[in-house]
Amino acid sequence: MPRKRSAKPKLAVWKFASCDGCQLSILDCEDELLALAGAVEVANFLEASRAVSPGPYDLSLVEGSITTPHDAERIHGIRRASKLLVTIGACATSGGLQALRNFADVTAWVPAVYAAPDAIETLRTSTPIANHVRVDFELPGCPVSKEQLLGVVAAVLQGRPPVLPSHGVCLDCKRRGVVCVAVAAGLPCLGPVTRTGCGALCPSFGRGCFGCFGPVKDPATDALAPVLRAAGLSDPDLVRIYRTFQAAAEPFRKASEAHERPSA
Amino acid sequence: MSARPPRTVTVEALARVEGEAGFSVKIRKGEVIAAALNVFEPPRFFEALLRGRAFTEAPDLTARICGICPVAYQMSAVHAMESLCEVPVGGALRDLRRLLYCGEWIESHALHVAMLHAPDFLGYESALHLAKDRPDVVTDALRLKKAGNDLVTLVGGREIHPVSVKVGGFWKTPSREALRAFTPRMEDARERALGLLKLVSGFSFPDFDRDLPLVALRHPDEYPMNEGRIVSTSGLDLAVAEYERAFFEEHLPRSNALHSGMTGRGPYLVGPLARYSLNFDRLSPLAQEAAREAGLSESCRNPFRSIVVRAVETVYACDEALRLIARYEPPAEPAVDVAPRAGTGCAATEAPRGLLYHRYRIDGAGIIRNAKIVPPTSQNLKAIEKDLSLFARAHLGLDTKSLTLRLEQVVRNYDPCISCATHLLTIDRDDR
Repeated sequence: MPRKRSAKPKLAVWKFASCDGCQLSILDCEDELLALAGAVEVANFLEASRAVSPGPYDLSLVEGSITTPHDAERIHGIRRASKLLVTIGACATSGGLQALRNFADVTAWVPAVYAAPDAIETLRTSTPIANHVRVDFELPGCPVSKEQLLGVVAAVLQGRPPVLPSHGVCLDCKRRGVVCVAVAAGLPCLGPVTRTGCGALCPSFGRGCFGCFGPVKDPATDALAPVLRAAGLSDPDLVRIYRTFQAAAEPFRKASEAHERPSA
Repeated sequence: MSARPPRTVTVEALARVEGEAGFSVKIRKGEVIAAALNVFEPPRFFEALLRGRAFTEAPDLTARICGICPVAYQMSAVHAMESLCEVPVGGALRDLRRLLYCGEWIESHALHVAMLHAPDFLGYESALHLAKDRPDVVTDALRLKKAGNDLVTLVGGREIHPVSVKVGGFWKTPSREALRAFTPRMEDARERALGLLKLVSGFSFPDFDRDLPLVALRHPDEYPMNEGRIVSTSGLDLAVAEYERAFFEEHLPRSNALHSGMTGRGPYLVGPLARYSLNFDRLSPLAQEAAREAGLSESCRNPFRSIVVRAVETVYACDEALRLIARYEPPAEPAVDVAPRAGTGCAATEAPRGLLYHRYRIDGAGIIRNAKIVPPTSQNLKAIEKDLSLFARAHLGLDTKSLTLRLEQVVRNYDPCISCATHLLTIDRDDR
């Protein structure tokens, strides 16, 4: 990418509605952090540094979803100031857990938490960054995988297109030799419809996948439904299993809504 | 000093804290007339979205309140549900939960002490800047932090949002060999924690002892993590179930925030200073000795010195992790069965930043009907604002730049986690 003289590429990290966990993943790269900090100019990373320098930025990493009118404006300024914009984590790529509001009336929620609801400014939906501005690359996961994060940042800084594996968690179990928790233990598992990134972490702990990396492309959620029912899930359970950290990811949204209808 | 121009010290977006907050302190005629912490982190409505969820989902859902202390949320959630369903979890499962918490204390405290707080005392913008001059300091701290994260991963599956915790125990428990193999790493971490304590104990601290009531859990035998009664320096000694009678929350339109207070007294403090001062006698001999060598007495009321107390607690968490690893025998089953029971239950545990209270009401089918979560940062908000005001009043002679940096430090003393407090705090766009 073109740069001014020999200046280091400028990296910026931005936060929207989120738990901070995905940007914390950067600081959790304990072995690589100082090398990374040496390879770039950390131009905006408030969680880590007081030093802030103005754009344009070579790479912006964006955490969190859009849930307020102000943030819906703010993201445009960040897009304009960024050569490349990569979203990190489930909130930024699909709306996150707070997108559960998309299925409810958030205005009815405000008084449940706040005594003076009029003071609260919030949107009715939690939406991913790509609904608002052009996004160059999306990194899934709740939280992201540190390895994938470093891989994407390295690729971008070297001018290569980042590539992530796109197969399902199911395949990871086969590769790792993890005994299938659905077949052997009869547990409900979203492994067949969930994208890799965790390395089949939950099944390796004897637990069904709960979909925190979001859907694979064209997930066979219809085919999975009878399997999940056989594992003991009722319709409300089926709604809930798809409505967690990737609830607003389109295929998971559709799957949950399919089980919400009385005829389903 | 004759001319006293009116001024407002404002930091729009505070760095090196978790989440999005700023503050402003208004000074007129040599008097501090207002001090406010402004939180513009968007609310995420956790209490509302928990309604209608299965009681078994609470640990995974509430973990997402905070990426820095997910274990704390998981621990308060599982203990609240088990209390509600009247299923005690003991033995090796109890030890494993404590071990998991040790890992989180280590990673969270190491992050705050070395990466977020120490740069204030050493005059750097960040730990990354500090690393250019003192790579040894930052590298050591990162190794300590990594040991904490690796311990969380070993017990919980991953460092952020662990997957193994469940109501009743764990999905899978580690083998004895896997934990024993971690002993050298934890011994190394303990050495590094002692080194970090030595470093921070040499910092210079302004005199700023505060007289607010300190509130923490207290357990008959242990330094508190997952269990205990709620005690205070003002004489409280309560079962956790009485928490809401002794403490209140209010939503003040002035600050657009829910603030906690102690009924009849107002501001109070939770967190390392409170835990330490109320439980010094429960620290391990090594941690007590290290604290004394670091110049602390058995009580510490200066928030600027919280960095030293956090370092002592890090030493303790390493020491305690080693004790728990040494005596670990895997339980017969990774979890006990917990059948739902209609009712209300609560729990409080000690998150790295202080007391974290959860209360749930569930129905007979195990569906959550109501939830209340009070994170430590909400409880400290009144104290933080009071500190801003008091510190500014005592240091009006400083120029605005120095005063601004000092006031930033006043907030960072509390290691505030705005992400945690978000569901209780609102946007304040005008002050952004």
